[in-house]
Amino acid sequence: MKPYVRPMPATWWLQRGAYLFFMLRELSSVFVAAYLVIFLVMIHRLSQGPDAYGAFLQGLKSPLAILFHVVALAFALLHTITWFNLTPKALAIHIGEERLRPELIIIPNYVAWIVVSAIIGWFVVKG
Amino acid sequence: MAKSNEPIWWSLFSAGGVVAAFLVPVHIFLTGIAWPLGILPGNFLQYSKMQMLFSHPAVRLYCFILISLPLFHWAHRFRFTLVDVGLKSIHKLIAVLCYGTAIAGTIAAAVILWR
Repeated sequence: MKPYVRPMPATWWLQRGAYLFFMLRELSSVFVAAYLVIFLVMIHRLSQGPDAYGAFLQGLKSPLAILFHVVALAFALLHTITWFNLTPKALAIHIGEERLRPELIIIPNYVAWIVVSAIIGWFVVKG
Repeated sequence: MAKSNEPIWWSLFSAGGVVAAFLVPVHIFLTGIAWPLGILPGNFLQYSKMQMLFSHPAVRLYCFILISLPLFHWAHRFRFTLVDVGLKSIHKLIAVLCYGTAIAGTIAAAVILWR
């Protein structure tokens, strides 16, 4: 006998705001990966010499490229925020009987993120 | 209990999630928005400067980690997203394609960075 499986339309995630948010969060990884492929192409062009690299940089200035990066940044930030906010669930720290308050795990993540981003920015712009 | 590869994929997913959360936004901003729009001072992506940066072994290693781990993060998420939208019948093929793509990307990154 075959067990009954309730049919589920492929568009189930459009039916509720929370589902849609879940889908957008999952989709963020697609934009992050796409950006990293572009970043790898940039490194490849750099190894091919000034002409190839210059043409790549010219491409970065096209409106379509800028639009892609703005959308990708929005998705990357969605990943960062949802990831940090989930850390206390994955990392339950207990001090004696008390469970460490979630904010005490989340906030240091944001502080570290801002510091790390500033260091990378300084290194790339000034370094 | 049957032996499973899931802990490996989950660890790579988790490590990639951390790398993506901490490092990717600033990189997108720098190369994709700040440089083309001239928001920050100086032509900081210029050829000679980037050549110098990438001659550093530490920069190459950093870029390898920055590219590779989030690809495994993507593979893990995308795999389950495809199953969730109704492709459960081909879930094995999806897993092979997703992790295979991440492995291919990792090899490509290694070749480009160290050849």
